[in-house]
Amino acid sequence: MDLYAENILDHYRDPRCKGEGSGASVSKEEDNPSCGDRLTAHLWIEDGSITKIEWEGTGCAISQAGMSIFAEELEGKTTTELLSMKKETVYELLGVPIGPRRFKCALLCLHTVKNAIRKHEGLEPQMWLETVEIDED
Amino acid sequence: MLTIDEIRRQFPLIAAQGSIYLDSAATAQKPQIVLEEVEKFYSEENANVHRGMHALAEKATVAYEDARKTVAKFIGAAAHEIVFTHGCTESINLVAKSWGKANLKKGDTIALSILEHHSNIVPWQQLQEEIGITIKWIDIDDDGSLIIDNLDDVKLVAVTGCSNVLGTKPDLKLIIEKAHAAGAKVLVDAAQLVVHEKIDVTELDCDFLAFSGHKLYGPTGVGVLYAKRELLESMPPFMGGGMMIGSVTKEGFTAAEIPQKFEAGTPPIAQVIGLKAAINWLSQYDWNDIATHEQELISTATDALNTIEGLTILGTPESSCISFTIDDIHPHDLTEIVGRNGVSLRAGHHCAQPLHERLGVVATTRMSFGIYNTKEDIERATEEIQKAIAILRPA
Repeated sequence: MDLYAENILDHYRDPRCKGEGSGASVSKEEDNPSCGDRLTAHLWIEDGSITKIEWEGTGCAISQAGMSIFAEELEGKTTTELLSMKKETVYELLGVPIGPRRFKCALLCLHTVKNAIRKHEGLEPQMWLETVEIDED
Repeated sequence: MLTIDEIRRQFPLIAAQGSIYLDSAATAQKPQIVLEEVEKFYSEENANVHRGMHALAEKATVAYEDARKTVAKFIGAAAHEIVFTHGCTESINLVAKSWGKANLKKGDTIALSILEHHSNIVPWQQLQEEIGITIKWIDIDDDGSLIIDNLDDVKLVAVTGCSNVLGTKPDLKLIIEKAHAAGAKVLVDAAQLVVHEKIDVTELDCDFLAFSGHKLYGPTGVGVLYAKRELLESMPPFMGGGMMIGSVTKEGFTAAEIPQKFEAGTPPIAQVIGLKAAINWLSQYDWNDIATHEQELISTATDALNTIEGLTILGTPESSCISFTIDDIHPHDLTEIVGRNGVSLRAGHHCAQPLHERLGVVATTRMSFGIYNTKEDIERATEEIQKAIAILRPA
């Protein structure tokens, strides 16, 4: 299947859940310094669950569509399950083959949301290494 | 006049794959003769240099030192002013760590141009952290030309010979004259320039000049540092190890004479021999013919790219490469899609983040040229860019 499948291009051209996040419980920006992709996740968190998400960002189609697709799945998820979510879950949501050149673009959404939750819980941000290799135990 | 078909046939990767390789500013492809000379060295002459009395060691040493003469002649230097390193980055680091630490002190100012590659920025920022030097930035105008004003208070100017992003060429002669008038030394990062025009360090009168083998149609893993003899003699050694010593006792060491003083450890012997082959190969062509061919490529590419809606070329390219942005299209998406159709372009910040910040762009797409490129390559690339835009452009 093509990396630039119709669902990716659809979300890239018409991103869902975009917004400035005023009133959010926490906002966190992360980037992918090698290509300059940038995402900010604004999360509303109540009783350990995500009740709403908005996001802003700039970058390539994979990073932006990835955040858009991921955002649609977040409502109702608990912060605990998101913090332990594996990269494969994001790959499955995107439904396209993610190769070694683009995995950071695809995983920037997960990285940003995890670090937004960590910030909300008063934890240090996790490194890319941890986002990328969390399942290698 | 160059016969490009005949040149292309000498590059196995270009000839075999029929790919459109427009990323020579990152690394150039290698002609068959370079591959053969490296293999021949390993098959017939391999031994360590300056170390043995046996026949193979002598052959290897002669070949290695012969390569030094070839490089020296290529840039108008003397052989003892050529230090082999593992790349242009190491060459610049050598100057920063050796000459810089010995000659710069807290509060001294050096000047860098905003065009510089990270490898000509970070070694100086390390000195900024370690000894407290100040870095002054030379800005560009809208064409991407450096605005050279007062260099009076600087101790060193470190400047590229050709921007690896904008393809613009600073006026090295003017910079060197002004810097010398102010008593400053000049380091030229010639990583891009060296493959596009004749360099004569004696005529330029630069103090240091650095480049890599792999952008010059030679192997990876070898670089060159040229420095004026009196500078090399006065500079302390960079890395310590074998070959760079005169003698070693329990109490200490004395350094070897130049240039061995700066070549600690077993050098990249096969790569040095490959570099010699690359220089000899390139030297069969006339620099004027190379320049004419390249100017044709640049003007063809400029015209072709300018037909694309929403495309902006950055600066006014003079040599080597053209970088551009396209409205609403991220360079990584663009280069991934054209790459699948056999067109190799580079995307990103090209190791020049301060320049990208100055230009107000996060990333650019770069098309860069080698001696083997043709107008047809550019036409094919332009078509593929158009197709990619049709896929990506938001409605």
